[in-house]
Amino acid sequence: MMPGMELPAWAALLTAVLLVLGAGLALTGSLGLLRLGSFYERVHAPTLGTTLGTAFVSSASAICFSVLQTRPVLHEILILVFITVTTPVTLMLLVRAALFRDRAEATSMMPGGTQSRGVRTHRPPDP
Amino acid sequence: MSAQVLSWSLVVAQAMLALALTCAASRMLWGPRAQDRVVGLDTFYVNAMLLLLTLGIQSGRTLYFEAALVIALIGFVGTVALAKFLMRGEVIE
Repeated sequence: MMPGMELPAWAALLTAVLLVLGAGLALTGSLGLLRLGSFYERVHAPTLGTTLGTAFVSSASAICFSVLQTRPVLHEILILVFITVTTPVTLMLLVRAALFRDRAEATSMMPGGTQSRGVRTHRPPDP
Repeated sequence: MSAQVLSWSLVVAQAMLALALTCAASRMLWGPRAQDRVVGLDTFYVNAMLLLLTLGIQSGRTLYFEAALVIALIGFVGTVALAKFLMRGEVIE
């Protein structure tokens, strides 16, 4: 059964546009995750999908169900708020863990290589 | 006419999200290091949650919304636990 049969035209078109926009942003973020070069470049690509993509898709769902049930159905706001709050927390924890591991191994995969300021913090300044 | 536009956009959005799921899964499989795999897992569960939301719009039931909310909660906890494990070597200390 398709709910589009009972939806008025403006709601159906708005839902369609928001859905395609949100899915396209999520796809762009995942392609960035697949294609970018180093870990520190890759880690911020999926946030495109987690913020704007989730906002568009959940607002499309809210509009669709609000028009279908002729009352405000706003429980998609829960998902939006939760994802928007938790994404920076997880990514900051993950990047700190990755920095810790890279510093422990002293690899050159860090931004700026071994010459970056993060490694040199424990060295005395040059005279 | 608008109903057809909505159903085709649902199909297009689901195809895009399936492609995004494939990208995240391949990063999770072939990520060179452990943190790449964890970022792939994070992206994977967010894309799966968006796919469940589009399935909910397609079927017109609010059952999928609850599954999406549970996936968001469990995925956050899982990613934080994995980041803690990468940082310290154990989850609960």
